[in-house]
Amino acid sequence: MNTILIVAEHHAGQLNPATARCVSCARKIGGEITVAVLADAPAAIAAQAATLDGVGRVVAVADTAHTQALAAMYAPQIAVLARGFTHVLAPSTTFGKDLLPRVAALLGVAQVSDLMQVEGPRRFVRPIYAGNALVTVEVPQEQTVVATVRTASWPEAAAGAQAAPVETRSVDAALPKHTRFVTLQSAKSERPDLQSAGRVVSGGRALGSSENFRIIYQLADKLGAAVGASRAAVDAGYVPSDMQVGQTGKIIAPALYVAVGISGAIQHLTGIKDAGTIVAINKDAEAPIFEVADYGLVGDLFKLVPELTQALG
Amino acid sequence: MKILVGYKRVVDYNVRIQVKPDGSGVVSDGVKLSPNPFDEIALEEALRLREKGVASEVVVVGIGPTDLQAHLRNGLAMGANRAIHVATSDAVQPLTAARVLLKLVQKEQPGLVILGKQAIDDDCNQTGQMLAALWDRPQATFASKVEIGEDKARVTREVDAGLETLEVDLPAVITTDLRLNEPRFIKLPDIMKAKSKPIEILELASLGVEPGDHLKTLHYAPPPGRSKGVMVKDVAELVAALKSKGLV
Ligand SMILES: Cc1cc2nc3c(=O)[nH]c(=O)nc-3n(C[C@H](O)[C@H](O)[C@H](O)COP(=O)(O)OP(=O)(O)OC[C@H]3O[C@@H](n4cnc5c(N)ncnc54)[C@H](O)[C@@H]3O)c2cc1C
Ligand SMILES: Nc1ncnc2c1ncn2[C@@H]1O[C@H](COP(=O)(O)O)[C@@H](O)[C@H]1O
Repeated sequence: MNTILIVAEHHAGQLNPATARCVSCARKIGGEITVAVLADAPAAIAAQAATLDGVGRVVAVADTAHTQALAAMYAPQIAVLARGFTHVLAPSTTFGKDLLPRVAALLGVAQVSDLMQVEGPRRFVRPIYAGNALVTVEVPQEQTVVATVRTASWPEAAAGAQAAPVETRSVDAALPKHTRFVTLQSAKSERPDLQSAGRVVSGGRALGSSENFRIIYQLADKLGAAVGASRAAVDAGYVPSDMQVGQTGKIIAPALYVAVGISGAIQHLTGIKDAGTIVAINKDAEAPIFEVADYGLVGDLFKLVPELTQALG
Repeated sequence: MKILVGYKRVVDYNVRIQVKPDGSGVVSDGVKLSPNPFDEIALEEALRLREKGVASEVVVVGIGPTDLQAHLRNGLAMGANRAIHVATSDAVQPLTAARVLLKLVQKEQPGLVILGKQAIDDDCNQTGQMLAALWDRPQATFASKVEIGEDKARVTREVDAGLETLEVDLPAVITTDLRLNEPRFIKLPDIMKAKSKPIEILELASLGVEPGDHLKTLHYAPPPGRSKGVMVKDVAELVAALKSKGLV
């Protein structure tokens, strides 16, 4: 039988919804699902994980070394916890991408990145070349399967009434002293989180300045949407880097995506392929974004975006 | 301090990849190849550290087929002191790349290894983290700012929540994100100069790298396409369409 260990991602005492997406993927693989919560105070997070449908057990590891999720600290412990498991999963967020290859190397096995479909317990589909090709890969029989889960491909597992048992454990692993957390600079925002929002409005290079991005925020606020951006807008300093959507930024799957002044380079499109409905506003009728948009509107964004915000009442 | 830089050759980011009709791979004939963009950023950072006097030597490493020399010459023309070509005709997966890099680290004793955060062909985003684990050294992935001090580095990382700063002891592995720097252009005289710079060729088989552990690739397929939608003539029509779908 498959025994699947999911490494929980959490922030400020809250379980990240990306973990619930991993649970959906694990259920598709099939088997007994355990969630590992490493934190300085894991109880509340573990309790949240325990309610997710499909989770059979939660292992909570309390350690003050876990006040920040440093891969160098987590990896040796996950490698110990992984004993006896056939699969180890984490979300394909910057947390999981940083951590899981380090775990895989400690276990001496390959890693599957961005697992998007399950074809068998060891056979998976993942994207390559900015999502322009999908490849089916198989993990050799004798190896632990170590994989990051492409969160945009999986729904969040629901939180049911039945809570799985939580077991408190300590892990005997030597922790390095060579890596120290200094700061996290995070723009506090009342807006929905880009990675889990149902609606997203993104702006591109055409916005021209961070001041002009105001019209994007106004539209987003009207829609209750999160705000994203193209690489060009981030590079130009209009918005922070955590807003970049695409191959090398965030991969998202909102029900509604509005791309404003974004040309639609493949690196951007790979980040929004799973959006339910795509709306594009661009002054160039030939822009590649219109190839994938469900609704395209040609014109000047500085006129159309305020008009749209207005029209939404 | 010596800096080792990963310098992978990949299909150029502008190429629209086509999957072969029989699903055995992607079309590679006549396709433009370029240095992995993240590796150009890695090399640029190493060169700037050398120009600041922090580093004394920059070595680019490419693991791949025998025709990799021309590619490595680009790295030399950009400014690397020398190149190492680890030759193999097999496809190299991240764990193997990390094991090869570990052998080179043991041989070269660099103070810093800078790799790209991901190769834009396999999109794996693994090799740097794996090397750091095998080497038992710190990793600072997705770097957008690097400051080297006495025996340690302060690295700002692009994470989902914003910008995280870590302090790591050296030697360490750093992987680059897009905002770290803007790579310089190669100038003609530099191409001439690069011709006389050394490229050391090592057979992968001769390095004693543990083999195996490969993922087996069974099949390639094109992604499901999105069907082309409709053009609306104005904002009113757009809002009406979104309302009818229950999206607003
Ligand atoms: C290694 C690598 C990784 C990358 N990763 C990413 C990634 O993760 N995400 C990403 O987005 N990109 C990524 N890129 C960059 C990508 O290739 C494009 O360069 C980028 O997406 C372009 O951003 P843009 O559409 O905002 O700008 P542009 O391509 O310059 O497009 C601007 C658009 O705005 C339109 N416009 C201009 N003025 C107006 C106006 N007044 N009203 C309406 N429309 C207007 C123009 O017609 C044009 O279509 C990556 C590139 C590389 C090499
Ligand atoms: N074959 C290779 N030759 C040189 N560097 C490589 C090779 N494979 C991976 N790397 C380095 O590791 C980084 C991440 O690659 P990957 O883990 O495949 O996404 C790349 O940007 C390179 O710096």
